[in-house]
Amino acid sequence: MKVATANRLTDGTVVFLGGRQWEATIERAFVAQTDTETRGLEAMMLQSEATQEVVGAYLIDVTQHADRVEPDKLRERIRASGPTVRADLVKPASNANDL
Amino acid sequence: MYRYDEFDAQFVADRLRQFRDQIDRRLRGDLTEDQFKPMRLMNGLYLQLHAYMLRVAIPYGVLSANQMRQLAMIAERWDRGYGHFTTRQNIQFNWPALADVGDILEALAKVEMHAIQTSGNCIRNVTTDQFAGVAADEILDPRPHCELLRQWSSLHPEFSFLPRKFKIAVTGSPHDRAAVKFHDIGLRMHRDRAGLPGFEVIVGGGLGRTPMVGKIVREWLPENELVPYITAIMRVYNRFGRRDNKYKARIKILVHELGLDAFRELVEAEYAKGDPSDTMALASDEIARIERYFAMPDLPQRAETVPAINARIFEDREFGAWMRLALTRHKVAGYRAVTISLKPVGGIPGDASAQQMRAVAELADRFSLGEIRVTHEQNLVLPHVAVDDLFDLWQGLKAHDLATANQGLLSDIIACPGMDYCALATARSIPIAQAISRRFAALDRQDDVGALKIKISGCINACGHHHAGHIGILGVDRKGEELYQITLGGSGDEAAAIGKIIGPGFLGDDVVNAVETIIETYLAGRNSSDEQFLDYYRRAGPAPFKSALYKSGVTA
Repeated sequence: MKVATANRLTDGTVVFLGGRQWEATIERAFVAQTDTETRGLEAMMLQSEATQEVVGAYLIDVTQHADRVEPDKLRERIRASGPTVRADLVKPASNANDL
Repeated sequence: MYRYDEFDAQFVADRLRQFRDQIDRRLRGDLTEDQFKPMRLMNGLYLQLHAYMLRVAIPYGVLSANQMRQLAMIAERWDRGYGHFTTRQNIQFNWPALADVGDILEALAKVEMHAIQTSGNCIRNVTTDQFAGVAADEILDPRPHCELLRQWSSLHPEFSFLPRKFKIAVTGSPHDRAAVKFHDIGLRMHRDRAGLPGFEVIVGGGLGRTPMVGKIVREWLPENELVPYITAIMRVYNRFGRRDNKYKARIKILVHELGLDAFRELVEAEYAKGDPSDTMALASDEIARIERYFAMPDLPQRAETVPAINARIFEDREFGAWMRLALTRHKVAGYRAVTISLKPVGGIPGDASAQQMRAVAELADRFSLGEIRVTHEQNLVLPHVAVDDLFDLWQGLKAHDLATANQGLLSDIIACPGMDYCALATARSIPIAQAISRRFAALDRQDDVGALKIKISGCINACGHHHAGHIGILGVDRKGEELYQITLGGSGDEAAAIGKIIGPGFLGDDVVNAVETIIETYLAGRNSSDEQFLDYYRRAGPAPFKSALYKSGVTA
């Protein structure tokens, strides 16, 4: 399963591609479950980069749990949740303890 | 300290105007990221894991109280209320919005600061001894030459697109606190037999994926030949340094591949080509002009021993410990340079809140003539504190959680931002530093261990200087897991040495236990408490550590 992620151009915030737009939390990301859906994400990534909305878009592997979407790699879990060493900077909709 | 002249102010203003325009064009979509990236990097603006990161230059680590207040203001107004002091004596803000960067740089320019050349393949911020101009053991004050090199290297048209980044460090003391042997060029100031000032020139040191101790290319270089000689080195590097492979592009690889003698011949031939007399004369005039900015302030001599302060040491053990660890002897009797640890128990090495920055600025104004230094070990220094004022200063620091007494001890750890912030990192480094700091929180235990430098990097690029740590820790990725390699025996001082890997790496949860085993091995094996960790390692070698760490045969 794949999710598209990038940094927003204006402030660098980590964003995830939702059904229609880039979202600030992975919970709102569209999770591609098939090759066709993944290709759809790739097309939207290219379009967003072309319009300069985001920077450095790429796909990440995720696992869909019953209550949340979790990136497979630690680096991506940290990007999704915020630094693990600053409780005050953890993204509200995420749970750093899962790291 | 140095003050901008009209040229400096105009130079920074012009660059700000130029970069503001580039940011506006990027935000309008007129520049792509590929086009914008080299421009932002030349202005210290990175894109990291969570956000943009702005690295602000603190030339040779010298800051005024007013500059520190401005950094605090920037942290609060445009960032998230804190800054991170780095191993190159700079400060990084981790959360600026691109749209705000022009305003941030304008605020910096108001206090004679900028972010130019804090990134990119150019000559970076020149670094030096944090006690420059102050330390009792100093032969010559390196700051005027650091400033000369700053001015010479800023937007130098010939050296703005080097094969790779280039770092210069200068020390004026026999005890090297600036790690000059681990820089592209290291300069060790001393005097010849006639008493004239000059340099030993060291080239090709560095850390990263291919650590190397620098080699002496010139044992003696007269002071006024510095700029033309460095120019010759840069020209040789610019011409022959590799551009086909970024991992082999640093000058250390060129020196290694050519051999020192061949490299030296090229430099001397290049140096002989020119007629550097004009540059040398200019340098002499310029040095004389710059030196006036760095004259020792008028500090009235005071008593070295103050009975009231001595009494406090016995009344308050915490103060006594801080007095023992935080002070460095000053050139002027009755004064001390005070190191403010940014490593509280369980804290993030090098981080300071805006409130703490403001507190340091106030205390610098009250007790240190408004002057502050940043150390490459991620601490701060107040360079001119009267012995009489030490208790009042300590109380002021304590009120802001800045009175930690661990300078030079086990928990005075260098750590890069690691994978908590850095896009290049392969593992986290801060949590390891925090865990070690908590495990060894008791000062008595740290005291028993004595002088010990632990340095942690979250990737092979070695921003945490792990190769130079007595105990070095390198975080790597092993099939999705954070794995930590431990090196022993490194040193960044005048007896520079690269640490050696002790054996297979450890998982994150096991690193602290491994460090504790290493320390217990040292404590059990040392001749006496006078034999420091590094001395013991050099005498006993890796065998006892290896045996203690891997005796069960169970490793990661």
